[in-house]
Amino acid sequence: MTEAALLDPVEHDETATAQAVVAARDVSLVFDAEGGRVTALAGVDLSIMPGDFVSLIGPSGCGKTTLLRAIADLERPSSGSLLVNGMSPEDARKRRSYGYVFQAPALYPWRNVARNVMLPLEIMGLARAERRVRVARYLALVGLGEFARKFPWQLSGGMQQRVSIARALAFEPKLLLMDEPFGALDEITRDGLNLHLHELWRRTGMTAVFVTHSIPEAVFLSTRIVVMSARPGRVVDIIDNDLPATRDLDLRETPEFLAVAHRVREALRAGHSYD
Amino acid sequence: MRNAPPFIWAAIGLIAAGLARHVVADGTGPVLAPSLIALLTLFLAMLGFARREGWAARLATPALFGLVLLWLWEMLVIGFAVPFVLLPPPSAIALAFIRHLALLWQDFAQTYLHAVIAGYGLGCGAGFLVALAIDRSPFLKRGLLPMGNMISAMPIVGIAPIMVMWFGFEWPSKAAVVVVMTFFPMLVNTTAGLAEAGAIERDLMRSYAAGYGVTLLKLRLPAALPHIFTALKLNATLALIGAVVAEFFGTPILGMGFRISTEAAKMNLDLVWATITVAALAGSLSFGALALLERLVTFWHPSFRGSS
Amino acid sequence: MRGGRLSSPRAGAILPLVVVIFALIAIWYLGAVALNAPQARDQLAEGAGFRDLVAQTWSMERPVLPAPHQIATELAESLFGRPITSPRSLVYHTWVTVSAALAGLALALALGLTLAIGIVHVRLLDRSLMPWVIASQTVPVLAIAPMVVVVLGNLGITGLVPKAAIAGYLAFFPITVGMVKGLRAPDPLQIDLLRTYDAGPVQVFSLLRWPASLGFLFPSLRIAVALALVGAIVAELPTGAQAGLGARLLAGSYYGQTVQIWAALLMASATSLLGLAVVSMVEALVARRRGGRL
Repeated sequence: MTEAALLDPVEHDETATAQAVVAARDVSLVFDAEGGRVTALAGVDLSIMPGDFVSLIGPSGCGKTTLLRAIADLERPSSGSLLVNGMSPEDARKRRSYGYVFQAPALYPWRNVARNVMLPLEIMGLARAERRVRVARYLALVGLGEFARKFPWQLSGGMQQRVSIARALAFEPKLLLMDEPFGALDEITRDGLNLHLHELWRRTGMTAVFVTHSIPEAVFLSTRIVVMSARPGRVVDIIDNDLPATRDLDLRETPEFLAVAHRVREALRAGHSYD
Repeated sequence: MRNAPPFIWAAIGLIAAGLARHVVADGTGPVLAPSLIALLTLFLAMLGFARREGWAARLATPALFGLVLLWLWEMLVIGFAVPFVLLPPPSAIALAFIRHLALLWQDFAQTYLHAVIAGYGLGCGAGFLVALAIDRSPFLKRGLLPMGNMISAMPIVGIAPIMVMWFGFEWPSKAAVVVVMTFFPMLVNTTAGLAEAGAIERDLMRSYAAGYGVTLLKLRLPAALPHIFTALKLNATLALIGAVVAEFFGTPILGMGFRISTEAAKMNLDLVWATITVAALAGSLSFGALALLERLVTFWHPSFRGSS
Repeated sequence: MRGGRLSSPRAGAILPLVVVIFALIAIWYLGAVALNAPQARDQLAEGAGFRDLVAQTWSMERPVLPAPHQIATELAESLFGRPITSPRSLVYHTWVTVSAALAGLALALALGLTLAIGIVHVRLLDRSLMPWVIASQTVPVLAIAPMVVVVLGNLGITGLVPKAAIAGYLAFFPITVGMVKGLRAPDPLQIDLLRTYDAGPVQVFSLLRWPASLGFLFPSLRIAVALALVGAIVAELPTGAQAGLGARLLAGSYYGQTVQIWAALLMASATSLLGLAVVSMVEALVARRRGGRL
């Protein structure tokens, strides 16, 4: 699929829209704030296909988090059409179609690590035995099997965020939505988690939408990078990332990596000079 | 010298204090010298304990301080022959406590086991349920909360005479006062607690398509627990005050408030002090038990972390 | 929130309160009918209609629950209808209680501040006294009121002093606890900053601890004001119904004058709220000099 097809709704392939995990057409979202109306999203077109790892990147206020929240039915678009798995975001949410990882771990302090991961499984009514299997599996997957009985506040920030990822994975959604999950962490922890997340995504084959303001993070993780700009929030460019599917941290020193990063930076700059 | 373990000073001090107490009662020897030794050594002991860390030292300092106060009270009252009707010595109070144990227990049962417990249970329960009931109506919340805050600041014990007229002299009228006193703190705190869960945590529940009930049960009620315990602890004290003061307005011939007001009028101050001791014990033990329960239930709260 | 721009936030806060208060008054009138009906029926002639019954329940001399307008009438009459110095004037009784509460509050402030400063600066006091101050908050201190009044009465001390003593004793705990918290509120970095200037303890207190504690002083004061008033009222009970709001409550309960009890109760509540309002006003004034925040 070409960039033009992605950007231009007229050339949107009907079958592609039907298959798309996320299909946004001319989505706008306006907030009623105290100082007047704020256009958080203006005319966003975007298709995310199964197995994609899509990063939304842009300056603060560009609506990347708002777009993610709209996909998750945590915000409602003012106009345009937004489909998740071919249905409205609300229906998708009610079918528990996605896992959401927030900026903060949002772990419940009164539940230990295992019971935090179990939370969605309890709500969704999984059998007790199955819950325990899942918790063990996904805690092991994020490398925290030994910490099941610890309480969240006894863990480091990076470990807490890994628990919240395990919690999002535990009910095995096909779509993982992440809102700057590593934004509050130090760079070394962040590198480790990026590698970890990349491995997870490759092994599960799930679709991921990832909000970030870090160019290296976006380039390292994504198959496609959606560059957004602020006031009003809109998509200025969608960059396909052709780097090899299997990635390690050394990749970030290669010219190919730097070339993609350069393109992202240029797009960000173009979007910036626009206003 | 100051480096000597404080418990040695404490031991010397306690012996000297006991000696002085013995002498002051009999008049068989010098009082001043052992008293001064006791004061000095106990002071050094407290100073020593205050410098140390650990729970034993943290307990020993206030315990010694309390003992010194009691001892000073005893010594001064006996030494200067303060009239019994002004201030009985602690030993007389202890004696009265033992002698009137059966009576004190009856008063306690009347005031605490009946009025306080019934009123506290009903008041807290109703406050909690009403908070849940108005939870879904922002309009009612905005109307009832300032109301609750206002009423909490009013002298509610004043309704005691009205309750006596409505519910009679027996304990139900006292329980009614307690209900009114405990209702509003619970209502206000529970409502505040239900608003405690953060936006991200709520979004998480929404992303699971969890309904109102599930969100309440799994997120908002647990998050509200610290506030609910604040109200439970505050109400434990309020309930006792309410029941005791309500009895000042009229009661059958039983109850801690009744005992305090009538025996004070009859100048039986030892029995008054003994009843006050019961009230103090009841208050602090209830509060302590609730605080312990709070620690067990909300062990995860930042104020308790690290100690669990 | 939609439509939030049309109504100012203040109106949005007041409307629900007004509605709830009106609902309460309506329930009150209904309650008066329900509670007073048995008595009213006895007083009415045979064959009186429901209208007569309702009218009767709202105008009885000693109702189980007086209707709001009866209390309002009684309040207006006893506040404005009689000379202020008359023992039948509610202004007089209110002043008797309020003066005791104010004296107690002054006492509590002096004692509480002194103790708090001591506890913050002297480790021995912190370790020995503070636990008792905290523990006393769980004790029904009000229970000692009759004894204090009787004992001080034996010593020939009556009138304002015993009441002020009890009011002060009650109010001093929250002030001490609040101020200890407040004086300890500055974070270590702020204290370290003053250390780098080689500031002495007095300067640390006046430049940092005291200003930092003001945010804690006013909330404690609000609690203390309410407690001082309760203390003064309860301290009036054992002396027999002589003067003051507590005396009015007690006298009302002796003679079954429910309207008088309710009037005294409402007056006491209004006084308490007025006290809180004054504290909040002073707080707002202090806060304004700091850009609106304490």
